[in-house]
Amino acid sequence: MARKISIKEAIHEALDQEMARDPRVILMGEDIVGGAGSPGERDAWGGVLGVTKGLYAKYGERLLDTPLSESAYIGAAIGAACCGMRPVAELMFIDFMGVCFDQIFNQAAKFKYMFGGKAETPVVIRAMVGAGFRAAAQHSQMLTPIFTHIPGLKVVCPSTPYDCKGLLIQSIRDNDPVIFCEHKALYGLEGEVPEASYTIPLGEANVVREGRSCSIVTYGMMVHRAAEAAATLAREGVDCEVVDLRSLSPLDLDTVIESVEKTGRLVCVDEANPRCSIAADISAQVAQHAFGALRAQIEMVTAPHTPVPFSPVLEDLYLPGAKQIAEAVHRTMSGAKG
Amino acid sequence: MAVITPIVMPKWGLAMKEGTLNTWLVEEGAPIRVGQAIMEVETDKITGVVEAGDAGLLRRKVAAPGQTLPVKALLGVMAGADVSDADVDAFVAGYVVPIAAETEDGGAASSYQFVAVDGIRVRYARRGGGARRVLLLHGFGGDLDNWLFNIDALAEGDTVVALDLPGHGQSDRALPGRTLGDLARFVTRFLDAVEIPSVHAVGHSLGGAIAAQLALDHPDRVDSVALIASAGLGEEINSVYTEGFVAAQSRRELKPLVEQLFAKPDLVTRQLLDDVLKYKRLDGVSELLSELGGGLFPHGRQREQPGRRLGESGKRVLVLWGAEDRIIPVKHASQAPPSATVKIIEGAGHMVQLEKAGEVNTLLGKHIAG
Repeated sequence: MARKISIKEAIHEALDQEMARDPRVILMGEDIVGGAGSPGERDAWGGVLGVTKGLYAKYGERLLDTPLSESAYIGAAIGAACCGMRPVAELMFIDFMGVCFDQIFNQAAKFKYMFGGKAETPVVIRAMVGAGFRAAAQHSQMLTPIFTHIPGLKVVCPSTPYDCKGLLIQSIRDNDPVIFCEHKALYGLEGEVPEASYTIPLGEANVVREGRSCSIVTYGMMVHRAAEAAATLAREGVDCEVVDLRSLSPLDLDTVIESVEKTGRLVCVDEANPRCSIAADISAQVAQHAFGALRAQIEMVTAPHTPVPFSPVLEDLYLPGAKQIAEAVHRTMSGAKG
Repeated sequence: MAVITPIVMPKWGLAMKEGTLNTWLVEEGAPIRVGQAIMEVETDKITGVVEAGDAGLLRRKVAAPGQTLPVKALLGVMAGADVSDADVDAFVAGYVVPIAAETEDGGAASSYQFVAVDGIRVRYARRGGGARRVLLLHGFGGDLDNWLFNIDALAEGDTVVALDLPGHGQSDRALPGRTLGDLARFVTRFLDAVEIPSVHAVGHSLGGAIAAQLALDHPDRVDSVALIASAGLGEEINSVYTEGFVAAQSRRELKPLVEQLFAKPDLVTRQLLDDVLKYKRLDGVSELLSELGGGLFPHGRQREQPGRRLGESGKRVLVLWGAEDRIIPVKHASQAPPSATVKIIEGAGHMVQLEKAGEVNTLLGKHIAG
């Protein structure tokens, strides 16, 4: 079968193949080449975790090392996108998005609307998300819900190398701004990935595991924890379906509702903080559109409403695990209409 | 000496490592005849029925429904009434799952291989070592895994080669041309590359039309022809399927189309659909299939019908069809040359070689043996 590569390699390969295919694709970010001012070979760094290493040798000046000024280079990437380029900006950690909100929320997300559909902003902003990396409160957040709140932005958060490559290529070819969220704890995860280029449409969820008793809807690293919980539950005779949303905007609510109509039960799992989270959104939409299908209360499993702790013990407790997911499934299995 | 025959987890296709026993279709103590459906097994690709290879009495169900077990694991035991329960117990206790064949012969003979043919990289599988050579040609949008349930059965007596046609499966996404003549010529170049002088050509759907064209254009390369739910015997083809298959981008669009291929749509597993989607999402596949389909069967009409002229070739011809084929009408079987052996198989759709594998394998085996 196909060869196996890691998520990190899948991202690299997607960038490489799109740069080879389309000269308008450029990369911008901090230290994505050699790190401005660093001594020695220009291709020394390849980004904070080495994702872009080797691309400078192939594409030269189409990779731009930027100053440590997110507001400047995210704005430059969005401007370049409006002028016909297809920039992929790497923001390192999604936690740094705060200083670029005007560029993203008020400019990139609004151009198509405010220019009567005539302007396109084909920019991708890649950023690492998630906890478990011992990187403390300012480098560990799952800020996906902040971006799904804004009309005009597309938001993607893959869980496997296969999905990562196909979704990143689709994001680069998409004509709207895409926030591409990469879970830093999954970079080493390996899986089968075709060598050729391929795309996965944005807005299509993936049913990772089929089941009849309860739907677990999630995305990102939590997909793996949900699958682990489902495997444990299967041994106890509880047959869970696991839905990986993959894209958070647009959202494949049809697949979620189809699943809930089959199982009658829903557990939403989200690594984000609970208030106004993806889990809260899915729960609300299912309650509104498929209330009649529910046989018991919806359960949510999320991080607590706190910053991500730096203490490794507390950080591990902060992240929802397979055990909490299984407990939530048990609660809804024994809830309401039984 | 009393004979004890193990019933083991089958190996369907090169990638299968394990399967799940869904249900037993016979009871303990029941007599079993050769070819009888004895159990249903589910793999990540497809659910299939296991047919008995030997006759006997089912003495013991070793595996329970729902159990997932490796290939060749012991599922049940057949033995005559004269064998004692103690001997059956001893056989079950002493059974060791054989190491998969791949590791025994170094993997070379059983894994997929690649060869360059006219600049196009082609994936193929070569199985068995018999003197007769059999070439399996899959259909439009398919790949060599369409022969999942056939390749190993046929390889018991013959050398079997199955390829991914150009633009299909894991072969390069390129076409050697848009006519059946171009494709048949490419097949001869492939046979040159794998050093096979002539073959019993077995084709499914579009692959059948290529097999027929091969027999007409290159008669020295063809020993006999077997056409399964074949194109090239009549005009009509289900354009809702062929055009929908090319256009479908999501699982939701694809599922009802792929289900049309089977008499029993619940054979279509999530993994089967995922595999088709993974192929269709590769850059260039939609355009390539659109070009190929547009050239060969525009607007639901097959442009070329070489099967109707097969009588001229003087080759032995076998025609098999699923009675419930929804892609190419089963009535096209009557357009085969008068000398052909024609067999309509009940309870099967277009993918008859998957749905009624045992019956198809038996008929193909007899046909190839002559």
